[in-house]
Amino acid sequence: MASLVGSRVERKEDKRFLTGKGRYTSDINIANQTYAIFIRSPHARAKIKKIDTSKALKSSGVVDILTGEHIAQDKIGGLIAGWAIRSEDGSEMKCPANPPLAKDSVNFVGDPVAVVFAETLDEAKAAADLVKVDYKVLKAVSNLGEAMNSEAIHDGIDKNLCYDWLLGDRQKVKEAFEKADKIIKLDINNNRLIPNAMEPRACVIDYNTASEEITCYTTSQNPHLSRLIMSAFGGVAPENKLRVVAPDVGGGFGSKINLYNEEIVCSWASKKIERPIKWVAERTESFLTDTHGRDHITHAELAVTNDGKFLGFKNETIANLGAYARVFGTVTPTYLFGPCATGVYIMPAAYSNVKAVYTNTAPVDAYRGAGRPEATYTIERIVDKAAMELGMDPIEIRMKNFPTEFPFKQTLVHQIDSGDYVAGLNKAKEMADYDGFAARKKESESKGKLRGIGVTSYFEACGIAPSPVVMMLGCGVGLWESAEVRFNPTGQVTVYTGSHSHGQSHQTTFAQIAADELGVPIENIDVVHGDTDKGTFGMGTYGSRSLTVGGIAIVNACKKIVNKGKRIAAKMLEASPDEVDFKNGEFVVAKSNKKKTIGEVAFASYLPGVRDEVKSPLPEGDEPGLIESSFFDPANFSFPAGSHICEVEIDPETGHVKLDKYTAVDDFGTIVNPLIVEGQVHGGLAQGIGQALYENAQYDDSGQLITASYMDYTMPRADDLPDFNLGFTCTKATTNPLGVKGCGEAGTIAATPTVMNAVINALGGKEISLPATAEKVWKACKEMKKSNAKAA
Amino acid sequence: MKKIAIEVNGKKVSKEIQDHTTLSGLLRDILNLTGTHIGCDTSQCGACVVHVDGKSIKSCTALAADLDGSKVTTIEGLASNGKLHPMQEAFKKMHGLQCGFCTPGMVMSAVDLLKNKKNPSDQEIRDWLEGNICRCTGYHNIVAAVKEAASKM
Repeated sequence: MASLVGSRVERKEDKRFLTGKGRYTSDINIANQTYAIFIRSPHARAKIKKIDTSKALKSSGVVDILTGEHIAQDKIGGLIAGWAIRSEDGSEMKCPANPPLAKDSVNFVGDPVAVVFAETLDEAKAAADLVKVDYKVLKAVSNLGEAMNSEAIHDGIDKNLCYDWLLGDRQKVKEAFEKADKIIKLDINNNRLIPNAMEPRACVIDYNTASEEITCYTTSQNPHLSRLIMSAFGGVAPENKLRVVAPDVGGGFGSKINLYNEEIVCSWASKKIERPIKWVAERTESFLTDTHGRDHITHAELAVTNDGKFLGFKNETIANLGAYARVFGTVTPTYLFGPCATGVYIMPAAYSNVKAVYTNTAPVDAYRGAGRPEATYTIERIVDKAAMELGMDPIEIRMKNFPTEFPFKQTLVHQIDSGDYVAGLNKAKEMADYDGFAARKKESESKGKLRGIGVTSYFEACGIAPSPVVMMLGCGVGLWESAEVRFNPTGQVTVYTGSHSHGQSHQTTFAQIAADELGVPIENIDVVHGDTDKGTFGMGTYGSRSLTVGGIAIVNACKKIVNKGKRIAAKMLEASPDEVDFKNGEFVVAKSNKKKTIGEVAFASYLPGVRDEVKSPLPEGDEPGLIESSFFDPANFSFPAGSHICEVEIDPETGHVKLDKYTAVDDFGTIVNPLIVEGQVHGGLAQGIGQALYENAQYDDSGQLITASYMDYTMPRADDLPDFNLGFTCTKATTNPLGVKGCGEAGTIAATPTVMNAVINALGGKEISLPATAEKVWKACKEMKKSNAKAA
Repeated sequence: MKKIAIEVNGKKVSKEIQDHTTLSGLLRDILNLTGTHIGCDTSQCGACVVHVDGKSIKSCTALAADLDGSKVTTIEGLASNGKLHPMQEAFKKMHGLQCGFCTPGMVMSAVDLLKNKKNPSDQEIRDWLEGNICRCTGYHNIVAAVKEAASKM
């Protein structure tokens, strides 16, 4: 049987999605359900003086209206930060309480204060309009740069500062800088983004009054984690009385990691009103209340020698947490960001200092890449600036500072097990026809256009692990993953995984792995996830961890199945287990033609006996059945890396940036399914390009989100993007048996600096902030023209 | 309230609906055809695209009451006799979908494109699909799928 790992297997998921048979949360209806509408603060910062629901309660079809008072009376807990980060001075981070419904104060536009349940959605909306909330409006803190000098928005949190964190050695950096020929300085932003999964968040809750079990169908990347938080911190119900099901999930990109207010409130309320509840976010609610991403202001300095060797690096960043610290909110700008600050380079000394601050804006949390795009953007922008100031080629300066021996101990934290950065950049250079750029630039110029080329080399740290280390660093949970592999008596296999697809194709990739391990046709393997009642507890899908952590748990569970199968087969074939080999789904006794298929062994394991004789195929000590589970806790992160090159052509008359060519060369270690991996890269690139050219979440001075619809927030559309030119190199990960590294975030990490480097290259090195919109580029072109005229 | 009689995926349907019921509301909430998705409230995302009398429209912006007598095809009605439509086959083959949420609208829109233009260029495909937002695929494989379908139809 040919190996499926490495094959372009078409997806098992597709038929249901292509025929309208997917089952997303908002597709679920439960008999007798009520409809929920949340009443949200229209103010960014205010005290709640009074909520009057009297008129609304009399409105047609209203079942109940609940407020922050009710939730406080029932002692329902709030939302939490998943990581406790310590400041440089050793003090613990400061986090405000974040009740599911605000009782005393609201801290961003969209903060929920009350909820209406009614017989129909129209009736719920009509009643919501009648709820009167009396606010004392306070001055909002909406500007990140001014947050530390503004009034504290949460009691007891001075300067709105959650923590002031340091990674690295300031003294060593100081010494390195003293030896430098040149210090390159860069002040840059990393624009705020809204993840915008196409499926808006939703939940449908069913409370069973007899069993007292709450079933919460929800749009989650990690249903097990949501149940744990809702039970342990929310106190909604004990875990055994709470079932969380995330059916098909329509994208997440980090925004569906968090447990949200609505899931807690509706789960709690369903028990209270003894009715099922359905809530589906409107798109504007998603814009206002989904966790946002990025939003940094950074000052960076790179110390270099005249011949382009890096000596030291400083990264001083202010990171926006929004109004509250959520699950990955505090770790994204620290341990996911800081260690990657020095990029793929040998950097003798470095530090990352991050001040995370609260503002009256939506909570900021992990968004595809989470911290690593921000880190990569800074280093790759400053490396390009250094090349320009030193008069070097951007590829030459990168090559000069790449490590060439692995394992490579990166400056700040990571021990990178494998990689070949030189090969990746060489391949990208060739595929992009880097050497032909000058001629293409000339041709563009002859048409009155500007052409620029941009390069980025990146690495990322995926599959955060191992648990004792992440917990030592402040993580509230372990970051292992679980799997269970079950043979049915008749030979089909069900694989349960604790990770959860929201588009990543687990049902295909994981089936490929299990098919290879077990020698069972892929058609006979089903992958089940997303339901806390099915399979073991798991940590979910984010941080490119599904395959590198969850996939390995499946491999290990399969290996246990094969080991048990060997013992059973040996007994059935009257041989010793050492003599039995397993290959292509068959247990074979060495040097004989005696064999049993794994299907026969599975059958025997469940039916361990024969007629007329007391005889079991099970060796002594082995139990009936063929089911094994595994919890995999990796020894280290995995480290995908790559180099991307793009070319842009700018029309100086309009400022329009045309993305002309985009080449991505990535090293993800072993690739299980190239079809799926290429798709992951394409999608990541689109989001990274979106950040560079189009997307920008903007709040005005009063804290109103002025980009809260698809008419104001620019999503990349089909006609904005080019075809992508992909290539791969492969150095296998040494920290897991498959050699896989993860691929979900690479495109997003690399694309933003690649595009911006190209735009800035086209503009002759003129700095421009993210995103490079037509307006900004047009202005820059005008200034260029002016200064060129002056020079002439 | 208004009574309408329409044909949905070849089946005659007669329903009493509210004046403000949208076509997407009729399909999803009354007829339980949940393959048609709602991704925004401003007719921007295209997840709700269906065919009315053979033309693709955004069903979130059409009032069902205006469609009396029309023929509606949704994603559920595209395959015939258990055989996937060539566009559905092509999306599968080229991995033109990931989370699947935008997919029904994307497929219905693409089918209409090929009715209008047998062998569209890449740019024509990208221009036509400008009204359908996909957050997962970066559109690369969607364009490839439409071309693949065009070559098979």
